[in-house]
Amino acid sequence: MSSSNGVVVAGVGMHPWGKWGRSFVQYGVHAARAALADAGVAWDDVELVVGGETVRNGYAGYVAGSTFAQALGWNGSRVATSYAACATGAQAIDTARARIMAGLCEVALVVGADTTPKGFLKPNAGERWDDPDWLRFRLLGMTNPMYFALYARRRMDLHGATQEDFAAVKVKNARHGLANPHARFRKEVSVADVLASPVVSDPLHLLDICATSDGAAAVVLVSEAYAARLGLSEPVRVAAVSTVTPTFPNTVMDMPMLATDSTAAVGVGELTFKQSIAVAAYEEAGIGPDDVDVAEVYDLSTALELDWIEDLQLCKPGEAEALLRAGDTTIGGRIPVNPSGGLACFGEAVPAQALAQVCELTWQLRGQATGRQVEGARVGISANQGLFGHGSSVLLAR
Amino acid sequence: MVSTTTPAVDGWFTTGDEPTLLASRCTTCGDVVFPPAPDPAAAFCRNPRCDGDTVETTALSRRGTVWSYTDAQYQPPEPFVPPQAEGAAYEPFALAAVELPEGIVVLGQVAQGYGVADLRVGAEAELVVETLHTDETGDRTIWRWKPVVEMGEEADQ
Repeated sequence: MSSSNGVVVAGVGMHPWGKWGRSFVQYGVHAARAALADAGVAWDDVELVVGGETVRNGYAGYVAGSTFAQALGWNGSRVATSYAACATGAQAIDTARARIMAGLCEVALVVGADTTPKGFLKPNAGERWDDPDWLRFRLLGMTNPMYFALYARRRMDLHGATQEDFAAVKVKNARHGLANPHARFRKEVSVADVLASPVVSDPLHLLDICATSDGAAAVVLVSEAYAARLGLSEPVRVAAVSTVTPTFPNTVMDMPMLATDSTAAVGVGELTFKQSIAVAAYEEAGIGPDDVDVAEVYDLSTALELDWIEDLQLCKPGEAEALLRAGDTTIGGRIPVNPSGGLACFGEAVPAQALAQVCELTWQLRGQATGRQVEGARVGISANQGLFGHGSSVLLAR
Repeated sequence: MVSTTTPAVDGWFTTGDEPTLLASRCTTCGDVVFPPAPDPAAAFCRNPRCDGDTVETTALSRRGTVWSYTDAQYQPPEPFVPPQAEGAAYEPFALAAVELPEGIVVLGQVAQGYGVADLRVGAEAELVVETLHTDETGDRTIWRWKPVVEMGEEADQ
């Protein structure tokens, strides 16, 4: 990518995660204003608003882009709305970035916000016999944590991981998030606390599994020329956005499906879907896993963080437990993972979460992550995956 | 009214002594898909290098190996239909993902009476059909995975 059409993260902002009982629009506007203030960009200058859709908040949620634009006060900007489940934020960033790179605009605001109910996430009401997300509950009682548990069990039976290892991920992330003003849970947790919490889906305990939260995050993206006019020196740049889908046959059991693709006609490919998400990001950026200083990965469960570390090639398959035990993924270690505290400290606010990862990486690369700073971080990568084959990885560099 | 036993979903599995899952097989390239296509005459192959548009129904192997497994210690939310009578306590059930010789991994609850202690990755499991829940028409059945217990192990139980 030539530097002339690069894209810069000019500003980031969040509304603290929690259970606030307010409208997602309020959270989104709060985050958007914080990001604009951080960037020093006037709302009137924003030419594109991309909203991360929320499926739980009626029509306003389905048209999130225009909902946020109207709430901020119509300024004539273009709008777009993205939905890619947990990967929504990355897809929204991808849309904004593409328009800037194409020269169609110079300033874009990306916002995601959600209000989530208590308990297991479940499908919307109604009978839908052609919808795998409905069928998996109806026919199997298959909740999200049960999918996380399948992956966790494989780590145990194939790589010798233990429930204590999983608990150690929670302990680390809880400590990381202690000083994060945007985190919902800011409390030290011990291995014994995790193991004493009830088993939800064997082998995962309640404290291994992320909660669902209200929250919002926003990112202001600008062209290089606009960044120069803003006077930003050495800004954080978007080096890559990977929103790839799987390559057939997808042979790893994926939420919310009832079965994998088969290898009856085409054999197993070289990379799993999750591996391919990272590879696409590294290739696009021309940056390798050895260059990464910090990672924000989607720890829907503690065990899943270990999977992501390997999928991002931060270590070899089966070695994430060793990395964890050596303290390498702790702040101060070789490759800190989830310095924000991750989903363990936030809980998931679906359309905001991939943007929250980008906010944290931006603060880290600017050296502004007070109390949780990864010293000298210059390259950061995020990773997550949305239901129905949505890849999500954003690589930032300074 | 006479109570009947019917599958909880149409056309996904057979019943009887040796039940099987039913999949769609592309008549052009042989790719296998489960759950089967709702209308075999208007299907489309998922193999990106095949433009087949006709599938036939095929029975999947009854035995496979456990890819992974877990359980539901808390009652899943709707649209799950609790199997227990109203007011009765929820009983946790196990669930397994089983890889079949056709190169496909299929989820299923684990047969009544078996839990995570009876399973391990790579172990053998066999398809059975059991009651999922009961509604106004009678028992509604579903496919389940039953651990295959080897001769020697059986004596230990």
